Amino acid sequence: MTGLVFLIPIALGMGAFGLLAFFWAIRSGQYEDMDGAANRILTEDEENGE
Amino acid sequence: MNAHAAMAAFDPDTLQDHRFTVPGMRCAGCISKIERELPLQNGIAGARVNFSAKRVAVSHDATIDEAGIVRVLERLGFEAQPVAANPLAQDDAETRKLLLAVAVAGFGMMNIMLLSVSVWSGAGGVTRDLFHWLSALIAIPVIAYAGRPFFSSALMALRYGRTNMDVPISIGVLLATGLSIHETLTGGEHAYFDGAVMLLFFLLAGRALDAAMRDKARSGIAALLSHMGRGASVLSADGTARFVKSEDLEPGMIMIVAAGETLAADGRIVEGITSIDNAMLTGESQPEPVSIGMTVHAGAANISDPVRVEITAVSGDTAIAEIARLMDEAGQSRSRYVRIADRAARLYAPAVHSLALLSFIGWMVAGAGWHQSLTIAIAVLIITCPCALGLAVPAAQVVAANTLLKRGLLIKDGSALERLAEADMALFDKTGTLTVGKMRPVDLSGLDHTGRAIALALAQSSRHPLSKGLAAALSAQGVVPLPVSQITETAGDGVVGDWQGVPVALRRPTAGGDGPASELSIGGKLFTIHFTDALRPDAAETLAQLGALGIPSQIISGDRSQVVGAMAETLNLMATGELSPQAKLARLQSLKEAGHFPLMVGDGLNDGPALAAAHVSIAPGTASDVSQQAADAVFVGDSLRPVGSAIIVARATMRIVRQNFAFAIGYNLFAVPIAMAGLVTPLIAAIAMSLSSLIVVANSLRLFRAAG
Repeated sequence: MTGLVFLIPIALGMGAFGLLAFFWAIRSGQYEDMDGAANRILTEDEENGE
Repeated sequence: MNAHAAMAAFDPDTLQDHRFTVPGMRCAGCISKIERELPLQNGIAGARVNFSAKRVAVSHDATIDEAGIVRVLERLGFEAQPVAANPLAQDDAETRKLLLAVAVAGFGMMNIMLLSVSVWSGAGGVTRDLFHWLSALIAIPVIAYAGRPFFSSALMALRYGRTNMDVPISIGVLLATGLSIHETLTGGEHAYFDGAVMLLFFLLAGRALDAAMRDKARSGIAALLSHMGRGASVLSADGTARFVKSEDLEPGMIMIVAAGETLAADGRIVEGITSIDNAMLTGESQPEPVSIGMTVHAGAANISDPVRVEITAVSGDTAIAEIARLMDEAGQSRSRYVRIADRAARLYAPAVHSLALLSFIGWMVAGAGWHQSLTIAIAVLIITCPCALGLAVPAAQVVAANTLLKRGLLIKDGSALERLAEADMALFDKTGTLTVGKMRPVDLSGLDHTGRAIALALAQSSRHPLSKGLAAALSAQGVVPLPVSQITETAGDGVVGDWQGVPVALRRPTAGGDGPASELSIGGKLFTIHFTDALRPDAAETLAQLGALGIPSQIISGDRSQVVGAMAETLNLMATGELSPQAKLARLQSLKEAGHFPLMVGDGLNDGPALAAAHVSIAPGTASDVSQQAADAVFVGDSLRPVGSAIIVARATMRIVRQNFAFAIGYNLFAVPIAMAGLVTPLIAAIAMSLSSLIVVANSLRLFRAAG
């Protein structure tokens, strides 16, 4: 029973963390351009490197 | 990136942001090319591509204007148009709100379920009460946040004395929450927090999908809109040209209209001779030659040579304004259409609510206490709460819209799919709808391989409509251009170049013939290429397919009866020509009065009122902006086939929706007696709800295979 004192806050905390991360992702426009993000991985960034 | 280095040189206060639609972006290379090259240009601080929306946001200072940026983009090889200040922001915000609500409901549902499972598996006494309290603490804020879309819509409906699907949903959720809070406070056995939150989660998921589908279609259509004719180059007193927006144009100004441009205002030609394409305005397919002193109308496209036009009338009183007025009137009938889910809700809500009331009275009469009677009545409400019903329609429609999107048809919303399935006859415009609406070469068989390759090289480097048509036709044949050097274009004459020391040219024909033509010369050899507006490929097949589906087609066109008749004979259809926009509108209205559900397919401004009045309408992606906005769906590409697919998929969707409804009713016939007998526990409610939702979604997924 005493385990619940830790387990429930941990479960809730993890859920809340995921929820906050999702809120952040939406607010900062991570879902604005899904196709673009998929394509950008293919472009070379000339300035950093090579 | 480069932008950072360049940014330092700009004063952030003077920077302004403008957005451009660039439909030609198709690959990763395009993104990096635009983002890397644009900031190298004077006056541009940075560029950011949104690939999904085919848009570029450019931040720049006052040394470069919108037209300048469009020219820079064109030099990079992309056609671009400025976008009006963020017209879509509001809709994006709605989808975002729904997504956030789904996330919150999902979070709440999982955590409450975690607690509920232990209660169901036998946790009792203090533990159960603690878990109920925790559930209440999670559920109340979650329901308050995630339930808002339903509560506000239900309130709105009730305020106007109507009912929709959201009324039973809201009542069910609120009563279930209220009862569960009461149970928690009194240390009772059953709390329905999980059921209430799960219901919200499933329904919100349906709504979010629905909103995402509308956004996708809308941004797709926004990318197609030409935004042409929104302004004109006006000659100033000192002889320089400046860009003036159409709302700032005034009678008396002189517009310079290049070949390929659309007129922004009515006017009279004061300099130059050209051909004008009135297809968008009247449906007339043959370009009309015009010269000094003749009147030209806004919306017409200048296809051969640059001209100067003195403005005689501006936006408010042009020929287009009359069409816009007709459209406003015609569009009103469509807003009276009631969607199938709301029609179902009209029957469903009263039935469910009276059943709940009956069980309450029944148990009271039978001698149960008011607490037990109320619990049972609420259990009836929860178990019948239209979880499956709320998903039945959006799930099917989202899948259908995605299927159609892959086939090149953008559907604006679910109601369009419902109306498409009801269509029982089809009316087609001719120019630009049954035909491609672009000038294409009639016969290239006289040209050898080298000739074609040279023609392509020349045509590619010109912006003239005929050259564009030639380039499109040759590229489609798989011709690879030969290296032609020193290409120069003279407006009004043509393109000349040099191929291995041989002078080559693509220019206006020296001898005047009938119809638009270009002349290709290689060395001394001349070859005349005639152009025509060809029938869309698959047009005949699509019409036959519609016929097989029980949808007879006919042509209503503004073009001359002779031309329309010839096409009607080729396609074996009934046809009427020389119809004004008013006459087309009247035809649609009389058909509707006769009890038909006409589907209108058209592209021109002259089709606008008919598109708005029809039971359902489709426009090609090349249609005028007005028509694309008036139509329920837009198809892209040259093929007419998406029109046939649209009907097939729409009908399949309605079949699935009806199956889903039938399933929901069957489920209720089974579940309601159990609930009324007082045998429903939160566990049974949770299983019943998720199971019925999953079955409905799975059934809807079958639509992926529709229109095969």
